[in-house]
Amino acid sequence: MKGDHAVRTRALGQTPYYVVASGLAVIFLFPLLWNTWASVSAQPGTAQESGYGFGNYRTLLDYDAGLWRYLLNSTVVSALTVALTVGVSLLGGYAFARFSFPGKNLLFLLTLAILMVPYATLLIPLYVLLGRLHLQNSLLGLSLVLAMFQLPFATFMMRISFEAVPRELEESALVDGCGTAGALRRVLIPAVRPGVITVGLFAFLAAWNDFIAPLILISDSEKAPLPLAVANLRQQSMGAVDYGATEAGVVVLAVPCLLVFLLLQRHYVRGFMSGALKG
Amino acid sequence: MQVKTPDRETVEPLVRTERRQRRLWHSRTLQGLGYATPTAVFVAVLFVLPLLLVGQMSLHDWPLLAGDQGANTPENYTDVTDSTLFWPAVRFTLLYTGIVTVVLLGLALLLALLVQESRPGTGFFRTVYFLPGALGLASASLLFWGMYSPTTGPLSRPLEELGLVDGPVSFLGTPTSALLSTVFLVVWKFAGFYMLILLVGLQRIPHELYEAARMDGAGRGQIFRSITLPLLRPSLALSLLLCVTGSLLAFDQFFVLTKGGPDNSTVTVVQLIYREAFQRLDLGTAAALSILVLAALLLLNALQFRGLRHADES
Repeated sequence: MKGDHAVRTRALGQTPYYVVASGLAVIFLFPLLWNTWASVSAQPGTAQESGYGFGNYRTLLDYDAGLWRYLLNSTVVSALTVALTVGVSLLGGYAFARFSFPGKNLLFLLTLAILMVPYATLLIPLYVLLGRLHLQNSLLGLSLVLAMFQLPFATFMMRISFEAVPRELEESALVDGCGTAGALRRVLIPAVRPGVITVGLFAFLAAWNDFIAPLILISDSEKAPLPLAVANLRQQSMGAVDYGATEAGVVVLAVPCLLVFLLLQRHYVRGFMSGALKG
Repeated sequence: MQVKTPDRETVEPLVRTERRQRRLWHSRTLQGLGYATPTAVFVAVLFVLPLLLVGQMSLHDWPLLAGDQGANTPENYTDVTDSTLFWPAVRFTLLYTGIVTVVLLGLALLLALLVQESRPGTGFFRTVYFLPGALGLASASLLFWGMYSPTTGPLSRPLEELGLVDGPVSFLGTPTSALLSTVFLVVWKFAGFYMLILLVGLQRIPHELYEAARMDGAGRGQIFRSITLPLLRPSLALSLLLCVTGSLLAFDQFFVLTKGGPDNSTVTVVQLIYREAFQRLDLGTAAALSILVLAALLLLNALQFRGLRHADES
């Protein structure tokens, strides 16, 4: 009897929690849900004048260089950025965790110092520098810059991942006749895989979503990544704004991020737990 | 008496191992250097070099199309401070940073406290609050640009029908409403991100401390003030640093949502860099402004770092 009573008061005590938490959940979800609904519903001045349908998405397919082109650009930039970030930070993290060499501490500090310098400060000289390297207006140049901005977090994350692997594991591989490259490939990379996924995930989200770097470094609208293309789309038609096509663009932009995040949530949270964000 | 001299057989292996070890050490140093080379190249070419270049550019006359025209020190810097938009932009950026930091971190702390205990459904709520954080800031700004539309957006019509306002609401039409609308967007986008940082901090506080305090008869408010807040300070400090830095460098949200308007009332400092470079086509002045922003941020970081250390000592 007593226990029953306690359970009931506890349940009652939890009701305010669920009311507040659910109310907040509605507020946080509403913009996402509304935008998705609006992108397929009828609006004056859009390709979807009546009824429900994908008229706005068709507008997007035909806009300027076409949705597929922009999706391809974004995919290329994201893939290159992830590959460069993971590749460089994997080797760098291994070097910082397991080797000693002259200039090690200086290089590590310099890498972390990237965090101290504002994005905008570097983009103006990078615009000039990439021009000199004939990488202006190129998706590769953009990916190199985006990977550089990822390096402080990625290098730190990979360094602590390698440091967490027991030395014996590597040594036994070395005794078995693997070189350090063999030990890295056969033993260490499998051991630091969670760190690699975390680094790749952060790099993907940053590259897919970045706006100011392509705005400054890419001048050719054929080469614009998707966020830039959707933002430009709004300014296209003089005076009359196509809200519908923009809403469709937001859906196309958001879906990969939300999917990747929901699938790899655990790995995302690891980025926070590691303290790597503290730089 | 025969003195036993070490013969060749025993000495040589010793020498050989030593030599081998030295060679091994050499090769490990070289290998370490090898693995660090890509990082070094990235940092040197894409970070150190641009940093030096922006310094040089800020001291030179450097039109966007013509390139370097030689030194004009310190004209770029005086151009920056003489610009009629400079001080308003600085004031606006500081105002925006102040408002965003207070609202965002306040809400993030409330969210973190709300979802810190695991009960059925907590995981769902955490995920939902964080979800906007997975979006890009530019995407989120485009989304809210649609939401704030007086004609097709979902906010204006209900307010009209409830009789709270007469006529369509212009969320971006006046300087104050444009600022507050942008703050709302940023809070929606980032609250879950800071909630996560604070949640990690909350979960590091040992449970025994709460239990001991409760045994001593401490109330909820008392526990919050004397246990939660002090022990959460590292996470709060990190959030503060990230939030202040991020807000001072605000660009995407204003570029997409307000374009600096109405009447240049929402131009931030970073937007000014962009305008100098790509609308006024003056890279030299843009570089000078970039250097000033860098100096301000370094100063701020140093002050914050010092403040934290001070607080730690007391």
